[in-house]
Amino acid sequence: MHPAYSVILFTTASGAGYGLLVWLALGAVVGLVPVERWLGIVGFGAALGLITAGLLSSTAHLGRPERAWRAFSQWRTSWLSREGVLAVATYIPAGLLALLWVLYERLVTPLALLAALCAVATLYTTGMIYASLRTIRHWYQPLTAPLYIVLGLASGAVLFNALLHLFGQASAFPAWLAMALLALGAMLKVSYWQGIDTGEKRYTAEMATGLGYLGKVRPLEPPHTQPNFVMREMGYTIARKHADKLRTLVLVLAFAAPIAALLLTLIPAPVAGIAGSVLAVLAMAVGLVVERWLFFAEAEHVSMLYYGAEAA
Amino acid sequence: MSRPHEPDLAPLLSVPSADEIKTTTCYMCACRCGIRVHLKDGKVRYIDGNRDHPVNKGVLCGKGSAGIMQHYAPSRLKAPLLRVGPRGSGEFKEISWEEALQTASTWLGDVRRKDPKKLAFFTGRDQSQSLTGWWAMQFGTPNYAAHGGFCSVNMAAAGLYTFGGSFWEFGETDWDHTRYFMLFGVAEDHASNPLKIALGKLKKRGVKVVSVNPVRTGYNAIADEWIGIKPGTDGLFAAALVHELLRTQKIDLDYLARYTNAPWLVIRDAGAEDDGLIARDADGKPLCFDTKTGKVTNAIATDLVPALSGTYKLADKREAVPAFQLVAERFLSDEYSPERAEKESGVAASTIRRIARELAHAAFEQQITLDVPWTDMLGRRHEKMIGRPVGMHAMRGISAHANGFHTCRILHVLQIVLGSIDCPGGFRYKAPYPKQTPPFLKMRGKPGDVQPMKPLPGPQLGFPTGPEDLLVDAEGRPQRIDKAFSWDAPLAAHGMMHMVIANAARGDPYPIDVLFMYMANMGWNSSMNLGATLAHLTEKDETTGEYKIPKVIYSDAYASETVAYADLVLPDTTYLERWDCISLLDRPISEPDAPADAIRHPVVKPDRDVRPFQDVLLDIGVRLGLPGMTTETGKAKFPGGYPDYIVNHERRPGIGPLAGFRGANGGEFGKGAVNPRQLEHYIANGSFHVHHLPPHMRYFRHANRDYTEWSVDKGFRLAPTPIYFQLYSETMQKMRLAARGHGAVQPPEQHRKRIEAYFDPLPFWYPPFEGEMTEGDFPLHAITQRPMAMYHSWGSQNSWLRQIHGSNRLYMNRARAAQFGIADDDWVWITSAIGRVKAQVKLMEGVNADTVWTWNAIGKRAGAWGLDTDAPEATRGFLLNHLITELLPEQRGGYRFSNSDPVTGQAAWYDLKVRVEKAAAEEAGETSPRFEPIIDVGVGRRSEAAE
Amino acid sequence: MTALPATTAKKLGLVIDLDTCVGCQACATSCKEWNTQGYSAPLTDQDPYGADPHGAWLNRVHGFEVGEGDKGRTVHFPRSCLHCETPDCVTVCPTGASYKRAEDGIVLVNPDTCIGCKLCSWACAYGAREYDYDDGVMKKCTLCVDRIYNETFAPEDRVPACVRACPTGARHFGDIGDPNSAVSQLVAERGGFDLLPEFGYKPVNKYLPPRQRRDEVPPPVRATEKEVATGAAVEKLFAWVDRVMSR
Ligand SMILES: Nc1nc2c(c(=O)[nH]1)N[C@H]1C(S)=C(S)[C@@H](COP(=O)(O)OP(=O)(O)OC[C@H]3O[C@@H](n4cnc5c(=O)[nH]c(N)nc54)[C@H](O)[C@@H]3O)O[C@H]1N2
Ligand SMILES: Nc1nc2c(c(=O)[nH]1)N[C@H]1C(S)=C(S)[C@@H](COP(=O)(O)OP(=O)(O)OC[C@H]3O[C@@H](n4cnc5c(=O)[nH]c(N)nc54)[C@H](O)[C@@H]3O)O[C@H]1N2
Ligand code: SF4
Ligand code: SF4
Ligand code: SF4
Ligand code: SF4
Ligand code: SF4
Ligand SMILES: [Mo]
Repeated sequence: MHPAYSVILFTTASGAGYGLLVWLALGAVVGLVPVERWLGIVGFGAALGLITAGLLSSTAHLGRPERAWRAFSQWRTSWLSREGVLAVATYIPAGLLALLWVLYERLVTPLALLAALCAVATLYTTGMIYASLRTIRHWYQPLTAPLYIVLGLASGAVLFNALLHLFGQASAFPAWLAMALLALGAMLKVSYWQGIDTGEKRYTAEMATGLGYLGKVRPLEPPHTQPNFVMREMGYTIARKHADKLRTLVLVLAFAAPIAALLLTLIPAPVAGIAGSVLAVLAMAVGLVVERWLFFAEAEHVSMLYYGAEAA
Repeated sequence: MSRPHEPDLAPLLSVPSADEIKTTTCYMCACRCGIRVHLKDGKVRYIDGNRDHPVNKGVLCGKGSAGIMQHYAPSRLKAPLLRVGPRGSGEFKEISWEEALQTASTWLGDVRRKDPKKLAFFTGRDQSQSLTGWWAMQFGTPNYAAHGGFCSVNMAAAGLYTFGGSFWEFGETDWDHTRYFMLFGVAEDHASNPLKIALGKLKKRGVKVVSVNPVRTGYNAIADEWIGIKPGTDGLFAAALVHELLRTQKIDLDYLARYTNAPWLVIRDAGAEDDGLIARDADGKPLCFDTKTGKVTNAIATDLVPALSGTYKLADKREAVPAFQLVAERFLSDEYSPERAEKESGVAASTIRRIARELAHAAFEQQITLDVPWTDMLGRRHEKMIGRPVGMHAMRGISAHANGFHTCRILHVLQIVLGSIDCPGGFRYKAPYPKQTPPFLKMRGKPGDVQPMKPLPGPQLGFPTGPEDLLVDAEGRPQRIDKAFSWDAPLAAHGMMHMVIANAARGDPYPIDVLFMYMANMGWNSSMNLGATLAHLTEKDETTGEYKIPKVIYSDAYASETVAYADLVLPDTTYLERWDCISLLDRPISEPDAPADAIRHPVVKPDRDVRPFQDVLLDIGVRLGLPGMTTETGKAKFPGGYPDYIVNHERRPGIGPLAGFRGANGGEFGKGAVNPRQLEHYIANGSFHVHHLPPHMRYFRHANRDYTEWSVDKGFRLAPTPIYFQLYSETMQKMRLAARGHGAVQPPEQHRKRIEAYFDPLPFWYPPFEGEMTEGDFPLHAITQRPMAMYHSWGSQNSWLRQIHGSNRLYMNRARAAQFGIADDDWVWITSAIGRVKAQVKLMEGVNADTVWTWNAIGKRAGAWGLDTDAPEATRGFLLNHLITELLPEQRGGYRFSNSDPVTGQAAWYDLKVRVEKAAAEEAGETSPRFEPIIDVGVGRRSEAAE
Repeated sequence: MTALPATTAKKLGLVIDLDTCVGCQACATSCKEWNTQGYSAPLTDQDPYGADPHGAWLNRVHGFEVGEGDKGRTVHFPRSCLHCETPDCVTVCPTGASYKRAEDGIVLVNPDTCIGCKLCSWACAYGAREYDYDDGVMKKCTLCVDRIYNETFAPEDRVPACVRACPTGARHFGDIGDPNSAVSQLVAERGGFDLLPEFGYKPVNKYLPPRQRRDEVPPPVRATEKEVATGAAVEKLFAWVDRVMSR
């Protein structure tokens, strides 16, 4: 699948935003975070900013952005619609929470829990947009949606940790939380990769054309000599060798490096804390963009069976 | 139920999608289907097929359906152009029509005053040849032809010299009755939609379709059996089928005895001046031996039981044998055994035997009988029409080889021994065919025929029947610029357009003053050895500094490669903007059951300063004062231009360009007074006219008395004489006798061996020349195929069609490529004896192992056709034309024959042999050669953007 | 609604005969030509006269080779929306622009409400949806809904443009849900099949398989006449000729 930057930005940025939102809300509830104005402004600013940037980017990706509002109507069947609805719905508890926090430095626990719940649910729906597509074996996986949640929460936790450092509220728990989530994310991602690597290709060019009874099917003439929309959109492929390198890069940048940086923050030296937590954010950001890029680039669409893919 | 998300379709379903629908004729290719042009707000909205039309019966092909984009192509020429930069640069200035016409008339007037043959007027795939040929005749030049010589004259000539008809679009299989169909070397053909409709019909009826073709695509892909023959060897394959039919005695003897020259006696008198000619009586009637009376007698008679073998004494005591005996001896010889054929063609002998059996089975055991009584030319009444339901069709895979004439003759022999020409289920003529074998039409242009300010006394093209007809001078030198009808190519019935530029530039046989071309992209895909051709067009005489071809006038409708090589460009309209006449005097659109013709009429107005070429030609004719176009007072005889000519011109009394709606009130067909409202009648009738033949005139028209009399009356035939199929060709033997030193007109020494060899009165197979010359170094045959969705070069300007074929590959057999170390998608050099071309490979299974091929005419010169210079057609498209030589290697004495069939002058495109080698890694990505981009010819899209 | 109708009154669709299709592209260009000004208008092209020309086509014709060498086959393969009975391309649509009609099963996109999110194209297993880069909305085969119900057309013209144009008659249109329809009977007779049935979208369009090659079995031929002469083939032939001619 073609890795569109708008979609990569959308899923990574809003994922991290929702994660941060979750940890801000829950952190306040359990008393990890002081309900303090500036922290609120920066924290919610970052969370809602990332969410909004992501959503705007995904809207810009539309052919007709001015009609984006129409996407809220089909929540009964469409995960994309559900995601749209939840994404917008999340603004209500999250916005109220932020408002009360910033203006009155007050925390309403049920509101915080609701915001966190909405954020997780939104992450889930985002994951399900991909996980529900039977046409793309690499996405139609049990781990796809959980990964979206875990990576959102992990990246949110890394941000959350950095935020706490910034405001001198650091403690070991958020760092461990982030590390645990990153480790979980890494585990899931590796097992996702194993899943797609070992997963069976269920469909063949012979099935797609119904011509298998005559022998092996090979394309002779494409319908058109330049690539068409379907080939441009679904036909993006990446060489195995290249993918392996990028996977290693993801493991290093998105998981190992942030964990190492977070370990650094545990050294009781203020510079280490700030530097480590910021480094973790940066490494993770780059790592997740690569991870998301690979998520698309490695995905193979069944329709490519008509364009030379032997199996999908 | 209200469904708010569903759009309201009502307006689309109840408001007509067009303001008006006009019927006319398609011109996206030469098939000439009937179309309905849907117009909305004065623009073309949609084009579909006309269901009533005899050619396409409502369907439309891939090109025809893209006609809109052709009509609105940005590459359309906009105004007359005069060259200002060097030739080939594409630098022009726009001029007025008055200036253009005046310039053309001045140039042409000079020529006509001095020496009319210094005008070479060649017209490509012209659909108004009856006008252009007539115009050239009035001008007085012998140097006129259309594209047939580089196209498929082998098919036309072989057919017309054998049975008075031809493949190409001049006949077709009886699709509704045939029980077995063989397709030889066809990818598309002119009867494009009719063939497709027919294949659909055959499939529906479960008729077996056999394809003989090195490549398995298109029509050949859906055949029930594919025979991946080696190029150039069909003659052997077909001869082996004849061998098998003769051997197993599966031939139609009655048919042979009745309709062919099989029983005619051939004189056997070695060394005599009439050796090998047909023995004739005092009236010139051919003789046969009647076994009933035991006498040698006139063969054109009823009640004979002619001998088909044996040696008989003529009145003068000389010996003669029936032609059939010679045919049988030739084809039953080991030379034409299935085993020999297998060796050369790669088709298994067992397959050949089986196919022969299948043919016999279809012809003789699935015989068709129609209860339609008819009368033959000798007055015998037949209660039934007996059909041998074997259909065959062949085209350029046969013709575009230097052995194509004889190969096609062998195919006709195959059809004839099966008794399957113009019978139910067989191959059928389309009016105005059948004609005499060959047609009574003699070309002019001998010394003395060409006079300043005088018309040529007859047409430029025709059918010689002996050396005395050839257009040569006393020394045997060619008289035409293309050397057609000379000893180089005696039966060049369609001329040799492919040789004009090379000959003119070399002054061989003489230099010319003006090269006038119409719709032929000679500066690109219709020339051989393209580099040399372009050089010829720009070569200058060292002493005078003048171009060797001093003046080039060209009419095109679009910014083709050739436009850049013209000095004066006469921009034509598109096919939706002009009158045209698809005439029975020309290459008509008849169906076997129904003579037909058609028109085009302007369904939209041109929005540019362009004029229909036919109007322009008539206008120039008036300016030159050409007879036939000019009144005594020097005024235009057809002031209304081409439509005026179409209605009012008469070739012979009562016979004009259109056969339908003649007579004062439009009630007459074929012959009749001029009908001033004829065009209105055509338009009202869907822009065509068909005349349905009554059932008793639908078959056996070579021998059908009622049909023949009718066809004479309608002007299709000159005399009501029976047509005998010429298994044995006397014309060929006459040429051969000349080569042996007989007669007044004899070939010069250097031609004798060649004429002796190739003017065999019986068809035979010989290896194509290029293959002979270059065996070893060049192990692969290289051929092209027409893509169904592209018409030669001109589809590339069509934004839809160029998406389908924007670049082309070299297709190779997968297993064979592996031997050369070539993998799929590799870039390779294709090398022939004269050059090399770089291309990207596509491997496939369905291609003869010794053959590589590509789609024809996809490669474009950068800058042409209104395309960006980095268009894939230029960067990843290529032509094989660079590799095909126009001249064969020097003979002894230094003479070079053209790379053509020695009989007809047909261009031998498909004799090309090449080797293919992997290109270096850094060479991948772009085709080669690439010529300098043509600078915008002043009309294309880029100039528009710049404005 | 993007929910699929539980059942449709008809199952209109195409039946494409792979045994007859010669790959001429008429269905593709006639489709483009009709639809670029019809329900799906426009079907735009990108870089139409430049280096990378491509555009929205609702029907595309592939060429495949199947099997090896001489015994293999070349199959031309037109491909458009199959108007599936249970396709996700409809249910994934967030706007309801993608829908399946209850009355005839045609799957359509509402060009006025589509937001161009492309998700339906991701959900289509057959690569049958075409994004129009200029128009910003998804396009697909409409089964020529604006022709088949068009009151301004002569009844015989109320068929899809591709069917109307197809020169070989390889395309058939009708109600595949009605076992008595001509198309259903054709499918039954010729063993029409679904593309990728394993996928479960239940395509309505059917494909008719290329027929078995007939290049092996020689026909029964009546025994040749009794040989009347010995010797070379020519002599035998002439002996036979004499006998037949004198009969
Ligand atoms: N779509 C489309 N239609 C056209 C045209 C076009 O450009 N496009 N051009 C028109 C014109 S001008 C012409 S002349 C006709 C020509 O129509 P065709 O005769 O169909 O022309 P080609 O495409 O040259 O096809 C020649 C076929 O012969 C095969 N072949 C080559 N060598 C041999 C051989 O030695 N033996 C056998 N058995 N087969 C061989 C090739 O593989 C190819 O399939 O088409 C006309 N119709
Ligand atoms: N390698 C190879 N070369 C071949 C062949 C092959 O099979 N292989 N085939 C040969 C054969 S059979 C043929 S017929 C030739 C065909 O070759 P050409 O006759 O050169 O055919 P086109 O490329 O169609 O070019 C015809 C010209 O007519 C112009 N034209 C189109 N419509 C109109 C119009 O309405 N009015 C005017 N005035 N001009 C118009 C086009 O713009 C174009 O420049 O190619 C030959 N060349
Ligand atoms: S075959 Fe196609 S392009 Fe040629 S005339 Fe017919 S519809 Fe037009
Ligand atoms: S073919 Fe694709 S677009 Fe058409 S209904 Fe089926 S899934 Fe949907
Ligand atoms: S592209 Fe249009 S039709 Fe497709 S899912 Fe999105 S909104 Fe629906
Ligand atoms: S039914 Fe209409 S929209 Fe669909 S492929 Fe055919 S022509 Fe195109
Ligand atoms: S129009 Fe008919 S024959 Fe041509 S490609 Fe389409 S289905 Fe095949
Ligand atoms: Mo041609």
